[in-house]
Amino acid sequence: MDDGVSRRRFIGYLLAGPTLIAAANLSGPRRADAAVPTVQPVDEYDLSDLLTDAAMPTSNLITVVVNNDGTVSFALPRAEVGQGITTAVAMTIADEMELPIGKVKVTLADARPELLFNQFTGGSNTMHAIYTPVRTAAAIARAGLTRAAVAHLGGRASGYTVHDGVITGPDGRSVRFSDLARRAAVAKTTEVSVALKRRSAQTIVGRPQGRVDARDIVTGHKQFAMDLSVPGALPTMVCRPPTINGGAEKILNGAKVRAMPGITDVALIPHTPYVAGGVAVRAQTFGQCIDAIRALRVSWGPGSVDTKTEASVLADLKAAELPMPPAVPLTNAIDETFTFYQRPGDPLEPNCAVADVRSDRAEIWSCLKSPIWAREQIALNLGLPLQNVIVHVAQGGGSFGRHLFCDAAFEAAVISKRLGKPVKLMWSRTDSFRQGRSHPMVTSRVRAQHLAGNVVAFDQRHTSVATDFTQGLGELLTATAAVPPDANYLEYSAAIFLLTASVPYNFGVATQLLNEVYEYSTFNTSSVRNIYSPEMRTAGELIVDKLAETFDTDPYQFRRQFIRDDRVRAVLDKAASAGQWGRAMQPGTAQGIAIHREYKSAAACVVEIDCTPATVNRTVTDGFTGPRVTRVTFAVDAGLPINPLGIEAQMLGGINDGIAQALTFSLHLQDGHWLEGSWDNAYYTRQWNTPPDVDVIVMPTTTGTPGGIGEFGVAATMAATACAYWRATGTFPTQFPINHDQALGFTPYPTVPPLPQSPTDGLKYAQ
Amino acid sequence: MPSKEPTVPRHSFIVNGKRVQVQCEGDVRLLWVLRDILGITGPKYGCGLRVCRACTCHINGKEFNPCSVPVSQIKPDDEITTIEGLAATVGKGLHPMQQAWIDHDVAQCGYCQPGQIMTAAALVRRKQAAGQTVTDADLEQIRNICRCGTYFRIREAIVAGETAMRGELTHTG
Repeated sequence: MDDGVSRRRFIGYLLAGPTLIAAANLSGPRRADAAVPTVQPVDEYDLSDLLTDAAMPTSNLITVVVNNDGTVSFALPRAEVGQGITTAVAMTIADEMELPIGKVKVTLADARPELLFNQFTGGSNTMHAIYTPVRTAAAIARAGLTRAAVAHLGGRASGYTVHDGVITGPDGRSVRFSDLARRAAVAKTTEVSVALKRRSAQTIVGRPQGRVDARDIVTGHKQFAMDLSVPGALPTMVCRPPTINGGAEKILNGAKVRAMPGITDVALIPHTPYVAGGVAVRAQTFGQCIDAIRALRVSWGPGSVDTKTEASVLADLKAAELPMPPAVPLTNAIDETFTFYQRPGDPLEPNCAVADVRSDRAEIWSCLKSPIWAREQIALNLGLPLQNVIVHVAQGGGSFGRHLFCDAAFEAAVISKRLGKPVKLMWSRTDSFRQGRSHPMVTSRVRAQHLAGNVVAFDQRHTSVATDFTQGLGELLTATAAVPPDANYLEYSAAIFLLTASVPYNFGVATQLLNEVYEYSTFNTSSVRNIYSPEMRTAGELIVDKLAETFDTDPYQFRRQFIRDDRVRAVLDKAASAGQWGRAMQPGTAQGIAIHREYKSAAACVVEIDCTPATVNRTVTDGFTGPRVTRVTFAVDAGLPINPLGIEAQMLGGINDGIAQALTFSLHLQDGHWLEGSWDNAYYTRQWNTPPDVDVIVMPTTTGTPGGIGEFGVAATMAATACAYWRATGTFPTQFPINHDQALGFTPYPTVPPLPQSPTDGLKYAQ
Repeated sequence: MPSKEPTVPRHSFIVNGKRVQVQCEGDVRLLWVLRDILGITGPKYGCGLRVCRACTCHINGKEFNPCSVPVSQIKPDDEITTIEGLAATVGKGLHPMQQAWIDHDVAQCGYCQPGQIMTAAALVRRKQAAGQTVTDADLEQIRNICRCGTYFRIREAIVAGETAMRGELTHTG
């Protein structure tokens, strides 16, 4: 009889407690038998494997708790930043337990040091890593409830069914989870083995599911760190230096500023490797913090890039480019170098944290993707025993790599200690752009050598301003021996690069190497969504288009012919057919096509771009227009698509990022600081540039294992947009975003004071 | 301690149907009065410059950005509606635009969405009052930033919300 349950069994635990608590080892439950071997794709060891395997040495547990009201609680040891993991986990638990999804309550776990590296959110790895552990715990909970139902109602266990949180016996009598939660509790922790549902029996996994926090979001009730009400934690901001990484030396008018309305504290916070610092002000309202910051007179030390210009950085990158191997005899070569300017990494929620630091203890609230590491560092920094520091993981208003870093949490802790008072720290938007982390400037040289209709060598030399991997991820790499513990930072970056870079085509001998310039802290950088891949793929796919032109082959057919991987070929075919590749296009408009493979997922993207003067020259007040991507068709194979609706959402986000990065979104360096200070300066995609026609196709299950999706939409879209731009304009783009060298479309804000005053004429625009 | 202003002015107005009294300097922007003094945190800070529109609320039914309005400019009979009070304006658990947002699974991180919904609801109300429907050109004038890139679903939800609001208009005038 097919009871919908797989023969494969996994080991987990029933934990002693007042109600039923089922647990599984987060690092991957042991298999109880090997009767049916798992079919895994034979793959190169990539970043998803690294992040999953990093958890293997731990022996700690995630728990599914059945409550007396029939709900189930799960504290997710990851950060939700909009990528939808709380929804996907709730779906997984609900499906395995036969419970309505509304009865599954997923919260974010506080920092749990015993989990070691298993509380790290990054590399689009969450569902890949926790899917089976979560299912195992949920299946144990269901089995425990069923056993309790049998004891309660009698009869043979095989005649019992579970549906919608109700267990029904062979005689038709039934009992609810709520009535079993206490009956199913165990007095002694016990190891058990359990079988998971077969894929064909799953009714929630794989079906579109709206976000579990949708109602809280649309009613304004979802709470982010700054929305938390912590007693005494008054609004706090920092007056920042005029140049990147400058330090405050002296407050020149502290008494005057302290006397301003609402101000409770003014204090110099030194610049250190982990704290940006400046002059902290604490007040009754953030508005009064802004007033105080604007009134402050501070003497500032030098910044870290005061003497650099974009031209000098570019020259340094060029000088640091690693050499290409000798040319293959008799071949022809295509050889191009692409420049990608620094671009912002800001989510919409600015850096923020609440900190309550006392002489003997500390409590921190912030969106942290590496909370265990954050907690250790905060304890060290404050000189407190680890157990006296509590770190709560707050819901994040976007991340895009920012929350791999603990900038706000560290700074809030230092300020709270210095003032001896709780603080609610917020970075201003202008701080966030000018002093916050951004994606480093990079050049990518690609040389493709071809002979007689084949590509025989493909070499890519990526040269980047150093990317900061020192927080969380760097420590994870060391622990897994991907890099030696005494590695310098280039070795971290190179390890990440090698784990993510790939040439998805049969192009003969392929080499891809990274070199970096400067220290990790010269510029304030982070990996930003999809790390190296958007630039790698954009440079690579433009060269693929050049090869197709050289071979006199259609770009789609060329890719189809040289693709290494059947999954990528399948999404390429899907995107090409759904996106009507090759349809007649008006002059000044064109299609572009590109692929990407990473995180155990595969993607292809077809875009249509409009570069006609009528479109390029549209005017929007205080906004940039330029070429417009009018249509995007994106096919994605996520291995096992747990929530197709959520995957589509992540691709929609990646699409808008890719368009922005190809066309409009960058930072300009001048006099030691970035000129951009608001969203009207840094041109992330807005409604007037977003494609009105988008079709995301989520492919059916292929590998049966969830691949990464959170960052995955960016690279293929950016590359396809660049390729479309070439085909529409006839101008081969070699620097991105393509508008970077145009005249600035805004007047930069001054750097002293470091943030503009809020307007007062808002009512004039009420409509 | 340095001496502070001896008398701090009081302000009274209506927020989400309830009269509120606050005491603070008159130049404090309404966003901070809502968030820091009244504890109404649906309106979000994203720039403080009337650029990102994450704080969008309604004043007497019109959309505006409280980050750019000193509290002294709010008159005693002004009615401020934040995302928390939007549903009550139609006498339901959810405003049709909120329901459309759920139906289209618009939100990702959710940080900008209260502002997006308030902008959308005002846009539709404005167009309906003029006897018009929302056009692509109207959608493209929306300035609210969504850094998660949910724009496509926002457009779909506004169109759906507009249809649903057509029924509501007769009730709310």
